[in-house]
Amino acid sequence: MSLVTADNLSKAYAKGELKVEALKNLNFEIEPASFVSFVGPSGSGKTTLLNLIGCLDKPTSGVLTVDDTDVSGLNTRMAAAFRGRKIGFIFQDFNLIPVLTVYENVGYPLLMVRNTPSPERKRRILTLLEAVGMAEKKNKYPDQISGGQKQRVAVARALVTNPKLVLADEPTANLDHKTAYMVIDIMKKMKNELGTTFIFSTHDQKIVGEAEIIYPLEDGELTKGRG
Amino acid sequence: MLNIFKIAVRNLMRYKRRTLLTASLVAIGVVFVLVFISVSGSFKNMMIGQITDSFLGHIQIHKKGYVASIDSLPLTMNLGQKAFEKVEKAINEIPDIEAYSKRIKFGGMFSNFVETTNVRLNGVYPEDEVKTVPLFLSRVKEGGKDIKPGEILVPELLAKGMKVKVGDTVVVIATNKDGSVNGKQFQVGGILESVTGPGGRDGYIHIEDAMEILRMDTMEISEIAIRLRDFDELHSAFDRLRDKLSNELNKQGGPAFEVHTWEKLSPFYNIARMIDIMTFFVKLMLIAIVLISIMNVMVMAVYERIREIGTIAAIGTLPGKIVAMFLIEGFSLGFFGVVIGNILGVAVISVLSVAKLTFNFGRQKGLLLSPSINLQDILVISIIVITISVIASLQPAYKASRMNPIDALRHV
Repeated sequence: MSLVTADNLSKAYAKGELKVEALKNLNFEIEPASFVSFVGPSGSGKTTLLNLIGCLDKPTSGVLTVDDTDVSGLNTRMAAAFRGRKIGFIFQDFNLIPVLTVYENVGYPLLMVRNTPSPERKRRILTLLEAVGMAEKKNKYPDQISGGQKQRVAVARALVTNPKLVLADEPTANLDHKTAYMVIDIMKKMKNELGTTFIFSTHDQKIVGEAEIIYPLEDGELTKGRG
Repeated sequence: MLNIFKIAVRNLMRYKRRTLLTASLVAIGVVFVLVFISVSGSFKNMMIGQITDSFLGHIQIHKKGYVASIDSLPLTMNLGQKAFEKVEKAINEIPDIEAYSKRIKFGGMFSNFVETTNVRLNGVYPEDEVKTVPLFLSRVKEGGKDIKPGEILVPELLAKGMKVKVGDTVVVIATNKDGSVNGKQFQVGGILESVTGPGGRDGYIHIEDAMEILRMDTMEISEIAIRLRDFDELHSAFDRLRDKLSNELNKQGGPAFEVHTWEKLSPFYNIARMIDIMTFFVKLMLIAIVLISIMNVMVMAVYERIREIGTIAAIGTLPGKIVAMFLIEGFSLGFFGVVIGNILGVAVISVLSVAKLTFNFGRQKGLLLSPSINLQDILVISIIVITISVIASLQPAYKASRMNPIDALRHV
């Protein structure tokens, strides 16, 4: 049973009087516990596709199913609740909350989204921080750690609710090569340990090689998939 | 909820200077209002005290229709012995009443044997009058602090105009209710300082002397002035007294008595009301200050944190929780301002109170300013400020909760 299924998925924007087709009739299936990358140049539709899978946007046509739920019909509140339950996010700019410590940033989804009780929350946060190698920095604020460390914290935050799917939009774009590989390694490790599906977008050809399945995107169309 | 508070406080501390400035603005507003309320309250209480404690009393009872014709001091509208007994019974049944004074009021001629002028006179029992209007004796600026039979307390302006002084002999001539004229010699026992308002230029004699001049066989009372133990109980005591006396009917079947609080008897009540209205407008100014300053900060906070809002929305924070986060931030800002403002305000009021500042009010010299603030006023101001802080945060909070996460995440 696929975790994500796209059936003739299209997304068009109106830009003034011009209609821009960002995604055109995409069809794909992503299995649970896979490590998938959408690859393509800037403007190819990677972010738009991740936004659709992440229930941040709605398709113009077609059907998109995530964990057996047709997400194209969810309203704002239902979509937020769905994301909180099923999806973790890793952002290109890390997007940690500056007034919270590393520990509090990782715990934020458990506290504000899931209302997880304190002992369970503490256990999950520390486990994830250990896994990404950031336990020692748990009391630091985001402006006190490096970019690579921030992204490791972001990975921990994305996984702390034990989601079925983690979406990462250009997670290594703001990192140097060595750090980028380290972050990808951590994501892979977490996928193997927790069985979480990772879908990330990148335009970096070297990072692409780390994915198990690659979907190349060009002008909103999938050119061919590689396993 | 505690965690949302923690995040709100940290967000406020992110821009320490701005938070401090806004909280200071709110605090200054609170200080200003508290000091204004306490000082204006002091003026108001002093003014009311001067009027009620010098001559008016807190409540007065008359025969029905007397107040409407009070300028002519009609002796035909006095209360007879039976009527007074009914009033006295009602008074004795109300424990809030501390003292009362019977008065016979009448107009007459005042002569120093050279000149003659008209005068308004009050016949009173001195002990009862002092218990009912305790500042009465403080108005006696020359002479003995008492009203002995055969003596008269002459109002200051009349004494000046007629060139009489303490110890002089004068004559008072009056017409009784039957139309017969009678006169009596008095010795000037004291000169009475004027107070502003009705009755401020009245002379005083012993009630037995009043009965003698007016040739009363039995006492007929023009008015009964009442003093309450606690001025705050004015309206409840008034209601009870009015209810008790409303059952008493005259021969025509109408009410036999009329009961008035000082508010209905003195034009100074309007000034007291004006002070209340000024206080209300000062509170409105405070609301405007809080509304504008908090709203400004919260609009800025939302604008500066658009990406952050996008992030928390993307990871599944429900719109209601985003609203709550910003509302609590506004609440906290108002709360800080209120706490600081209350501390400073109470400190300023205490300093003013300890400083014992005096001022002059008309003919009254050296009146002591004694500002005070009660807990209820502090609570009302605090609740107003905090509520307005939350209301001012509503629009920015709603805007934050309605943001499209994609647009918010793209924001630079």
